[in-house]
Amino acid sequence: MSGSEVVIVGGGVTGLSAGWWLARSGVKVTVLDKYIVGWEASGRNGGGASHYASPLFDEEQRMWPQMDELLGYPTEHQKERIIIAMTERQWEQYRFVAERHKRLGHPVELLDTKQVLDAVPLASEKCFGGVHYKFGGHANPHRTVQAYAWALQDLGGKIIQHSPVTGFDTAGGKVKAVKTANATYGCDTVVVAAGPQIPQLMAQLGVDIPLAAARAEMIITEPAPIMPIGGVDGHKLYGRQTMRGNLAFGGGPHEWVDTDANGPAARPSTPLARNLARRLAELFPKAAHLNVIRSWAGVIENSPDGRPIIDRLTSPDNVIVASMSSVGFGLSPASGHAVRDLVIDGRCTFADIDMLKLSRFDGLEADWREKRGWMALS
Amino acid sequence: MELNFTGTDVCAITGTRSAPETHYDVVVIGAGPTGIAAAIDAAQTGVSVLLVDENPVSGALMGNDVPLYFGGRMTAATQNSQRMLEAIFMSEAALETAMEAGVEVLLSTTAWGVYRNGLGVASLPDQVVGLADADRSWLVGFDRLVLATGARDLAMAFPGWNQPGVMGAAALQMLLNRYDAFSGRRMLMLGSHDLALETALLAHARGIEVAGLVEVRGAPQGSADLIAKVEAAGITIRCGQTVTSATGGIDGVESATLSTGEVVACDTICMAIGLVPSIELVDAMHGARTLDAMRGGYVPAGEATVSAVGDCAGLADTGFDHIAYRMDWMQALSTISADDTIICQCEEVTRADLIGVQPPNYLSRPGPMCARSLETLLADGPADQDQIKRLTRAGMGVCQGRRCRDQVAMLLALEADVPFGTIPLATHRAPVRPLPLKILADWNEPAEMDAAWDVWFGIPTAWVPHEDIGTVHEDEHRQMLYTGMYE
Repeated sequence: MSGSEVVIVGGGVTGLSAGWWLARSGVKVTVLDKYIVGWEASGRNGGGASHYASPLFDEEQRMWPQMDELLGYPTEHQKERIIIAMTERQWEQYRFVAERHKRLGHPVELLDTKQVLDAVPLASEKCFGGVHYKFGGHANPHRTVQAYAWALQDLGGKIIQHSPVTGFDTAGGKVKAVKTANATYGCDTVVVAAGPQIPQLMAQLGVDIPLAAARAEMIITEPAPIMPIGGVDGHKLYGRQTMRGNLAFGGGPHEWVDTDANGPAARPSTPLARNLARRLAELFPKAAHLNVIRSWAGVIENSPDGRPIIDRLTSPDNVIVASMSSVGFGLSPASGHAVRDLVIDGRCTFADIDMLKLSRFDGLEADWREKRGWMALS
Repeated sequence: MELNFTGTDVCAITGTRSAPETHYDVVVIGAGPTGIAAAIDAAQTGVSVLLVDENPVSGALMGNDVPLYFGGRMTAATQNSQRMLEAIFMSEAALETAMEAGVEVLLSTTAWGVYRNGLGVASLPDQVVGLADADRSWLVGFDRLVLATGARDLAMAFPGWNQPGVMGAAALQMLLNRYDAFSGRRMLMLGSHDLALETALLAHARGIEVAGLVEVRGAPQGSADLIAKVEAAGITIRCGQTVTSATGGIDGVESATLSTGEVVACDTICMAIGLVPSIELVDAMHGARTLDAMRGGYVPAGEATVSAVGDCAGLADTGFDHIAYRMDWMQALSTISADDTIICQCEEVTRADLIGVQPPNYLSRPGPMCARSLETLLADGPADQDQIKRLTRAGMGVCQGRRCRDQVAMLLALEADVPFGTIPLATHRAPVRPLPLKILADWNEPAEMDAAWDVWFGIPTAWVPHEDIGTVHEDEHRQMLYTGMYE
């Protein structure tokens, strides 16, 4: 495969990581992005890196602590997380989660209120307790996407921004080239990692990829004193304290939206910022005086079962689809490795990812979005 | 896992939002003369009108340069909220007329966001403006919104600008005209267009010693009439010069050094290079806007439902190209600024780190990082201020970019050697004013909101550990955690 040409459609974390992994293996990589790398969900998320549900989990955990060094650029990766229970029901649920982790061999520790406060001094003295994940962590999405892009370039890969893909040239059951408005990029293999735009792109190749897009929101405060553990979930929020000290948190209701081939028309935040602020003030009462200085939204796609689709198609047989179904950022060091393997080896060499195949949706009802209530509001 | 779909996603936003507390036919944001006039005009047609203004803002917020660039030159009088409130009624006599006309007036009330259904959102029950006072935030529905948010100070960096005593002309005018609360005694003005000339004359009339005006261009820029008045007042305009540094002590500025080497003793350096229309709310709601160099920058495109009046709709067009003028200043100040000159005060981003696209000091800078710069980034595509913000943190601080957003865009244009208008406007985000968590919080949200609240989508299959799929544990997982993971 060395010297072959791979075109990656989509410069989010998944496409960039795949490009970086491929470039490390000597493959000539070109990443096409409709705007700037990481501009959609890859740069708008909570930065969590603890996806124990995924078959890619072990690789996610193995890779993150090495990423700064391997990439050559800072990602702000920080280890571990704590989940804090603010109600009795949450405490019951989080203890169930802790037991489950113990059964699966993931290192966790139950914390009482005092122990929570030691690790997360801004937390509420009224909290019921917490679960300390001695694994996982978080990183800065903005820095990480750019780190992938730069590292990929340092290995000879190309990033072409401001270039939405308009179509494909196919021949003999293969994609021969990827087209943008200004250029055509010949390729041996194509990776389609274009998030919510995957269905429209793949429809051009006659392949149905069932994905639905939704908008989700976050808020961020001015900096707070740095806490021993900054990766904090709980009270139905997810988030992190940035290394600067800001509290960046999200969670809560999403809104299903329609997107077109060019991506989301807009990513508006809404008064949901007030509901997020309330929960964050309850989770961190000692930070309730801190100013919220921004809110934002991002658009993420989900597959019908909420699990990623990472697959090498049979027709055209040189196309790999990678949609991370709303858990792309944290898993990116591993998803890129999986895509690299599918390109070079034809199979994932480090994990069994059969459960992420597209074929699990064979026979999916045509009205799967309606059945789930995943239709955009009119 | 057998999933039983009901056709409804209980974790989606449908129907769970707080309704606005009240609804007015017309809401006017900004109680300056044009805002008051707009409110009175509307009230006289018999419709319900709410007029809100964030002033007087708290002393703490003024210290954070909200809404104008006060530069720490307020007297202790600004800490007295009752006195400040009275000062506004004294300075805006028309407020009483408005109240008599039936306008509901709320002062010290911030409009921090405007929301409506449109591209990417269809779940709002009404078009609303988010308001907040010292105690709480709330939503108000409207049929028509009139923005009269004025214009804010344009700040520009030079060595030593990041200390008390460097401030903006609009802030100075507000402290003098409205609050009688300016603490400086001797000032140097930067600029010589009408804003600078008018502000100098005002300061002079109020007994403040004006040590002179500094003009980067070869001749005074404002109207001949104002120039004559300034000269008649014995105030010199030093043309073809710029300030090269400010030095000071614990109370801030003590002197300014000019490009000629002249040292001017002063406790205040007033930036009167330009004003920028306050379009934060329009931009944060994805409203249309255009760049108009003759009117001070980006201005709202204007529409029937959300209209703009006064300076926020654009400064009066006198045929003066504000953007070209600012770029001349930027060129001069950029030339004299050392690498360690702070550009973003909140995040302490230096000029070298901004142009080098380097991360903050608490992160390591390995070799590849050091080799990156704006130049290498520009090889990948046109300069984008939001991308620079993400990488350097310039504009990410608690002042929400009020002090650095405009100058970073100008610096990018200069460094990339492209017209100012090609740099995409860095996005404004709600809340467009810093708002404490406990104030922004919705403490009266409907019960449906919490019932629908899941940490992340609430898709039962998504978070089943892959080892558990198809085992007895799969159902345990769903029963304990859904619907709504974590409750």
